[in-house]
Amino acid sequence: MAGRIKPITAAAAIFFLVSAVAPLFVSSWATLFALILAKGVVVLGIVLLLQAGQVSFGHAMFFAVGAYTAAFWGRYVGGGDIVLFLVLGAISSTVSGLIVGLFVVRYRDIFFGMLNLAFSMVLWSLLEKMYPYTNGADGIRVARPSLLGFSFTPETFQYLILYISLLTAIAAFYGVQRYLESPLGHMLRAIKSNETRLEYLGTSARRVLLVGYVISAFLGGIGGTLVAMIQQIATPEFGYWTKSGEFVFIAILGGGAHAFGAFAGAAMFECVRFYAAAHLADSWQLILGVVLIVIILYAPNGLIGLRQRYRQSGLGGS
Amino acid sequence: MAGVLLSAKGIKIRFGGVVAADGIDLDVLEGENLAIIGPNGAGKTTFLNISTGYLRPQAGTINFLGQNITAQLPRTITKLGIARAFQIPQLFLDQTVMENMLISAASRQGRPSGFQALSRLPDVPEMERLLDLVGVSSYAQRKARELPEGQRKLVDISLALALKPRLLLMDEPTSGVASSEKLEIMDILTTALAKEKVTSVFVEHDMDMVERYANRVAVWNVGKIQKVGTPAEVLADPKVREQVIGI
Repeated sequence: MAGRIKPITAAAAIFFLVSAVAPLFVSSWATLFALILAKGVVVLGIVLLLQAGQVSFGHAMFFAVGAYTAAFWGRYVGGGDIVLFLVLGAISSTVSGLIVGLFVVRYRDIFFGMLNLAFSMVLWSLLEKMYPYTNGADGIRVARPSLLGFSFTPETFQYLILYISLLTAIAAFYGVQRYLESPLGHMLRAIKSNETRLEYLGTSARRVLLVGYVISAFLGGIGGTLVAMIQQIATPEFGYWTKSGEFVFIAILGGGAHAFGAFAGAAMFECVRFYAAAHLADSWQLILGVVLIVIILYAPNGLIGLRQRYRQSGLGGS
Repeated sequence: MAGVLLSAKGIKIRFGGVVAADGIDLDVLEGENLAIIGPNGAGKTTFLNISTGYLRPQAGTINFLGQNITAQLPRTITKLGIARAFQIPQLFLDQTVMENMLISAASRQGRPSGFQALSRLPDVPEMERLLDLVGVSSYAQRKARELPEGQRKLVDISLALALKPRLLLMDEPTSGVASSEKLEIMDILTTALAKEKVTSVFVEHDMDMVERYANRVAVWNVGKIQKVGTPAEVLADPKVREQVIGI
C-alpha cells in the first residue's frame, strides 16, 4: 500500500526512540547507547560496501582517523567543541577515504579486503611508533569538549553526547537509505551482481565504488570522532585489525540488507559485551563467538533477516 | 544509399596459435540488420568484443561515425552509441527488471549522483514503453533472477535499447531459447529495432533466422570474412554451404 511504513523502518524508529528514552531511567545506559549509536554509524559504512559485495578488513583506519583528529586538536591546539570535532573528523576521514579509495577500488573481493587491512596496519604502526606525537600505545586523552561554547559537567555531558550521537545516527541512517535508493546506490549493488554489465551501460564501476567507499570512510570517521568523545581517549587500538574485524562482525550480526542492520548488530554486540564482560570478565569473547555462530547458522541474513525467515517458515503473519 | 555506421579495417588478433581475426574488413550500414555466421571458433564473438572495446586488436582500426574507437574502453564506446546484448544475458539479478532498466537509463544520462530515488526517475514511463515494446512489461516488478531464459534475453536487449544506441551488437540472441520461441523473440526484436531506428549486427547459427531477419550476411571462417551479401546470395553459395553451414 502506498505510504505504508515498512516494518523495518518502524523497527528503526522504535530503536532510536528507545535510545533516546531508556537512558533517562538507567543512567549507565547513556554511555552504552551512545557507543551503540556511534558504532552503528561506523558499521553503516561496512554495510554500504557489502552492497557492492566488498568487505573491508581495514575500515578501523577511518575510525582511528576520526578519533585522532579530535585527539590531536585537543593536544596541539587546545580546547575543543563537539561540532568542530565532528566537522574536522568528517573532513579528515573523507580525504583519507578518497586517497586510500583511489588505490583499493581497483581491486575486488579478498584483494580489496586485504589491501584495506594493509593500509590500516600502516596507520596503526604509525600511531604506535610515533610516540613523541601520539603517546604510542597509551593514546591521547580527549578532554571533554564544549558545545558551541557551553561547557558541561560529566553527568550532563554523557547525556549530551548520547543525543548528539543519536542525531548523527538518525541523519546517517536516513542519508544512507536515500543513497541506497538512488541511482548511484543501485549501481553500487549492481557491482555485486554484474560489474561487466555496468561498464557496458557506460558507467565506471570503479567510480561508483569510489563514491561508496568515500561515504563509508566518512561514516567511519564520524563514528570514530564520536567514540573518542564518548570514551575521552583515542588509542592506536582504534585502528588495529581486531577493531576492523569487530565492525565486520557487527555488520554480519545485524545483516547487510538494510541500513538498520548496522544498528541492530551494534546493539546486540555492545549489550552482549556490556553484560557478558560484567559477569564473565575473562570469557566474554566466547559468548560473542557463540552468538556469531548461532547467527551464521540460523540467521545468515543477520538479525534483520530474522523476520523474513520467520515469515517464510509460515509462523508469521503477512 | 545508407551511410556507413561502423567500419572495420584490417583487424587482426590471435590468441596463441589461434587466429581469431586475420585482416577483417567490414562496413556496417545504417539501418540494416547484419547477420554474422560461421562455424564455432571462427572469430565472430571476437569481432563483437573488439568492436565494443573488450579486446584490443593487434592491428587494424575500427571507426564509428567517422571516429576512431579502436581499443577505447567499453563504457566510452557505449556512450558513443554502440550497445551490446550478450549470448548469456547479463542482468543485475538481485534487482527488479524495472530497476535494471532505470540503471541503464541513469547510465545513459550520466547523472547517477543525485539522491532522487531510482524508482522516481522521470524515465519510468519511457522504460515501461520499452519493456512493453519488447513484450516483457509484465515482468517489470519481478527480480531478474526469477525470469525464464527467453525473457532474460529480451530484458538484456531492453537494457541495451534503454541506452538509445545507434548500433546494437547481439551475440546469438536466440541461443538457449526453445525452438518454438525463437521466431516470436526475433519478431519482437526486429520490430523493436525498426521502431527505435537501431541498426543491428547479430551473430547467429540458425540459418532460418538469418534468412528471415537479416538484410545482409557476413560469413566468418578461420578469422576471415569468406563472403558478404544478401541472405539469398550467401546461403546459395556452395562453398558457404559446405564449409560453414555443413550441407
